[in-house]
Amino acid sequence: MFKRILKTGILTEALPAATDGDEARRLHGEILRILGRALTIREVDAGSCNGCELEIHALNGPYYNIEGQGIKFVASPRHADMLLVTGPVTRNMENALRIAYDCTPDPKLVVAVGDCGCGSGEVGKLFRPNYATCGAVENVIPVDVFVPGCPPTPQALLQGILAAVNRQRG
Amino acid sequence: MLFHAEPIEFTAQHGSGAPVWRGRAADGEDLLRFAISVHRHGGRIAALWGSDERQRSGGYCLQCVFGLDEGHAWLSLDLPADNPTYPDLTGIFPAANRMQRATRDMVGIFTVGGDQRPWLRHGAWPADWYPLRHDAGDATDFANAPSDYDFVKVAGEGTHEIPVGPIHAGIIEPGHFRFSVVGERVLRLEQRFGYQHKGVEQRFIGMDVATGARLVGRISGDSSCAYAWAYASAVEAACGIVPPPRALGLRALMLERERIANHLGDLGMLGNDAALSFGLIQFFRLKEDWVRLNARVFGHRFMMDRIVPGGVALDLDAPALRLIVEQCETIEHDVRELKSIYDEHAGLQDRFMTTGTIDADLARELSLTGMAARATGIILDARAHRQGYTPPPPYAVLGVRPATDERGDVAARAAVRFMEIFESLRLLRELAVGLAAGAVRTDIFPTAAGEGLGVVEGWRGEVLVGIALDAAGRIATAHAHDPSWQIWPALEHAVLKDIVPDFPLINKSFNLSYSGQDI
Repeated sequence: MFKRILKTGILTEALPAATDGDEARRLHGEILRILGRALTIREVDAGSCNGCELEIHALNGPYYNIEGQGIKFVASPRHADMLLVTGPVTRNMENALRIAYDCTPDPKLVVAVGDCGCGSGEVGKLFRPNYATCGAVENVIPVDVFVPGCPPTPQALLQGILAAVNRQRG
Repeated sequence: MLFHAEPIEFTAQHGSGAPVWRGRAADGEDLLRFAISVHRHGGRIAALWGSDERQRSGGYCLQCVFGLDEGHAWLSLDLPADNPTYPDLTGIFPAANRMQRATRDMVGIFTVGGDQRPWLRHGAWPADWYPLRHDAGDATDFANAPSDYDFVKVAGEGTHEIPVGPIHAGIIEPGHFRFSVVGERVLRLEQRFGYQHKGVEQRFIGMDVATGARLVGRISGDSSCAYAWAYASAVEAACGIVPPPRALGLRALMLERERIANHLGDLGMLGNDAALSFGLIQFFRLKEDWVRLNARVFGHRFMMDRIVPGGVALDLDAPALRLIVEQCETIEHDVRELKSIYDEHAGLQDRFMTTGTIDADLARELSLTGMAARATGIILDARAHRQGYTPPPPYAVLGVRPATDERGDVAARAAVRFMEIFESLRLLRELAVGLAAGAVRTDIFPTAAGEGLGVVEGWRGEVLVGIALDAAGRIATAHAHDPSWQIWPALEHAVLKDIVPDFPLINKSFNLSYSGQDI
């Protein structure tokens, strides 16, 4: 196991010079510069198809290394600076989402993730409000930043998180 | 065609998909007798839903699909509008319970006796309003009055209840788990789902099949290809179309890439849940490499919208196929090394072995399919040959070897994932090298009524999509079934000999879909 760890090396620095890697590195620098401290995020799946969750999970992998930039996912909204919310808010999750928002102490940020969570594009129309869903996250709680995509890539998620923090600072 | 000498006439569905037979039950007794016969011959209940057929027959219709050795038998039962009831199948197939309750919530047809608790309706719409009835209308202004749920209570000295969810500690879909515990020992686990219910079945009504394809691939994002293929298969059966062989080969390529992506992620998560974050980092690196190649070659990290009715939406050229084959080599080498590290890591195996155990008898009783069933020793895989069953193209010629492990615990489910990765890598190489030449898509313009059922071995198990088209060729009903319906109840049994802190590991070892089931 240790041999493999040594052989693998630190992937966050050893990225090939492809657009993927460069963009992630630039974002890391930006996040550190602007944040200068840790950010805690509480993820709330308010009705997604689980596609966005796959990309949010990827942020914890070695290429994106979100924890290495001081950004951590936490288990309770009470520990969170930011809510990262996916899905077209099902009516069965409406109450839970509001409670999570209310439990998050100020100052707080909300980032809506995905075309259905943002109510954008063709997919936003596919998941328009009906008897079972409230539609876009902003229909239920105030949203600071929108990260559309189906699902948005990990880079897009990092950019959205950064934009939210930027907005709060500025 | 008759099954087991039961007097219901079934006709074979045409098309290139998995073998399906279509029949109609004369009455509730007929259905019950057939279900009993299926059970006696070792069969399963595969899916159950309802539809509003008042325009056709003046009543409603119960749709049941049974899994047999030969394939799937799709049986319908017409129900009169003034008495839309049918016999409770739970006594024969426990897996019917939640499906029956969900069907009542959606269409308002219900069993005589049995569990009448709502499943999908948590109080966001009235009890006497049914979203799939044609006269339901576009209701968005019902009061949201969350109702209490009748959990079975466990009483006794020192017992406690631990409610978990719908929002969970990690990055995961919402659902509720009600534990009854004494100390750390789990006495009982009861699940309540429906938090992901988006009313997808109602959204399908009136859609054209192309838009329907975009929606079906977003019911359970991690199984987008499996759903899209099952849907396309159903639409093709309804229209009498057979996609070209190159399209079928490309579909299988995508499905196997989806299978491997999920297994890589899960093996990482399993390591993480047993405190071996080395495993998380190593497998997430491989998974990221994997989905980046998907983006490069298919234009989407999860290949959404690439499988369409009539074929596939894009072709792969020789360089792309070469990249796929090359990646198979590097991934295989890495996964073999990681497997030996996992196998020899005492701490990890101590957590994995004998945790979350279910056995083959339970798996059969609960109508399990897929990886969870195979990890109890059951040899069942829709891609593989078995007595009386030929898998659909392109799998028929590939000789898929189902991965099984009799232990039924977390270790077995990890072992099956490793085996399936290696087998799928082999399939990818064969598919890439042996891809037929020619077109990748047949034009499909539905202009008439029809129906079809598609069945695909998704990475969790059998994904089914049943379609009915109206006279204008638009969707009249579309029902997508996730294998998680059957497997979630198995999790309630798997935790019984374990402690609460083992739950995340056991849950992850199944990794079931909430959104797929909640529909």
